[in-house]
Amino acid sequence: MSAPLLEIENLTVTFPTSRGPVDVVKGISFSLGRERLGIVGESGSGKSMTGRSILRLIRKPGRVTADRMTFDGIDLLSQSERQMRELRGARISMVMQDPKFSLNPVMTIGEQIGEALLTHKKLPRSELKARVLSMLEAVRINEPERVANLYPHEVSGGMGQRVMIAMMLIPEPDLLIADEPTSALDVSVQAQVLDIIDDLVTGKGMGLILISHDLNLVSRYCDRILVMNSGEIVESCKASDLHKATHPYTRGLLAAMPRMNEDRDELPVLDRSTWTTGAGT
Amino acid sequence: MKNAAIHLENLSISYGKTPVVFDVNFSVSEGESFALVGESGSGKSTILKAISGLAPDWTGKISVLGKPRGHAPDREFAKVCQMVFQDPYGSLHPRKTVDDCLAEPLAVHGIGGRDTRVKDMLDAVGLDQRFRFRFPHQLSGGQRQRVAIARALMLEPRVMLLDEPTSALDVSVQAEILNLLKKLRREQGLTYLMVTHNLPVVSFLCDRMAVMRHGRVVEIAEVDALKTGRLSDPYSRELYAASGGTLQPA
Repeated sequence: MSAPLLEIENLTVTFPTSRGPVDVVKGISFSLGRERLGIVGESGSGKSMTGRSILRLIRKPGRVTADRMTFDGIDLLSQSERQMRELRGARISMVMQDPKFSLNPVMTIGEQIGEALLTHKKLPRSELKARVLSMLEAVRINEPERVANLYPHEVSGGMGQRVMIAMMLIPEPDLLIADEPTSALDVSVQAQVLDIIDDLVTGKGMGLILISHDLNLVSRYCDRILVMNSGEIVESCKASDLHKATHPYTRGLLAAMPRMNEDRDELPVLDRSTWTTGAGT
Repeated sequence: MKNAAIHLENLSISYGKTPVVFDVNFSVSEGESFALVGESGSGKSTILKAISGLAPDWTGKISVLGKPRGHAPDREFAKVCQMVFQDPYGSLHPRKTVDDCLAEPLAVHGIGGRDTRVKDMLDAVGLDQRFRFRFPHQLSGGQRQRVAIARALMLEPRVMLLDEPTSALDVSVQAEILNLLKKLRREQGLTYLMVTHNLPVVSFLCDRMAVMRHGRVVEIAEVDALKTGRLSDPYSRELYAASGGTLQPA
């Protein structure tokens, strides 16, 4: 592997509250090559904030500070808003959780995907259409011609999420951040959507950051895993070594999950007092 | 069938002109925990709604603890059968305290001794007494779901309808709620009819399950078949594989 695609050192995200500033991400560092990285944690662990801060999507009054945040040699912290707009979508893109709220309800699917490409590149209309259709095909949508003319409310959740992925991948970015891309979907559809992301990412040699609360799912689809708890990375390991995890939090999460062949009478519950002073459940 | 807690016969349900559930037949015996699994839109939640009276447009027969269920709201029915909803954020009144919320069913049914009953119930679901006068927004998701379960249990029902009780929660909190549900069932001899799409949860909490697709039950299986991966219907096997299970020949 050559130079890492993304390098982050000492990233902190702070929000002011009535009781003084609160760090939701507390000085985390990691780097990413052209590989699949999973970030796992529970609600409030700061995993989504980490993803958003890479794209500088944290709005005021939130504040992002870092010693170093470079993407492919570009210093993300010193970019102007205009320069960031050029990066977003074209070089780094993000798939959000719920297709219902992230697609424009009054534009057809074809127009939306086309717009994502046109923002970054001028193309003749016929070529644009061909690209959109082939992208829809790549995310395994049957009858792309028909679907391109539908509005978001006319498609199912799984299809909506595939449209989102098509939209995010059509400018051929180098890094895809997928923030809980499947938690709004059914189990059977989840696997399909992740397989598509996986195929496209490995096929194009992109980097992927998969943010999720589902340890099993992340271990199936990623090379490396970071486990976050209350804004800190508590464990970093290879996905295949997840079962050898050492931190009590990771072990607790693994144990708390019911298994397919469940024989325990009671599920072990996390004892939060041992490693964190943060808010409990 | 003797001692059926819930008995459904040729149940078809529609919303307006759209039929959603077709000819469903199954029985849940008393004290059993039965799961309905399937993808969104397969009609599993609709069955719970029909039983609880929220989807009145049905034909066929529903009986709960031997009594046939009518189409109209039924006060007596509420005493034996209660429902817990998926989203703890949406199912509690934002401007009522936990105490109001738990005492309301008692007031509606004219049951006395509210103070002690509310206190006891908070203990039963593992909530500290200091939560009694808090509002839902001051509670975490897991605590809210505990309140929702407590509210359902206030009338001491014998049958509980659970609509994805843990899918909005984190795994560690999910474990707490699942343990709680298991404990309550053991202590109070409750019957559960639970909707979920999480097969490992079924494995932990249920005795039998029905797999639904497109409004029909495609397979009813013992939980042992799920544990060993010996499901017979192709769709249930697909669902099982998608949940990360290893299939065995049926």
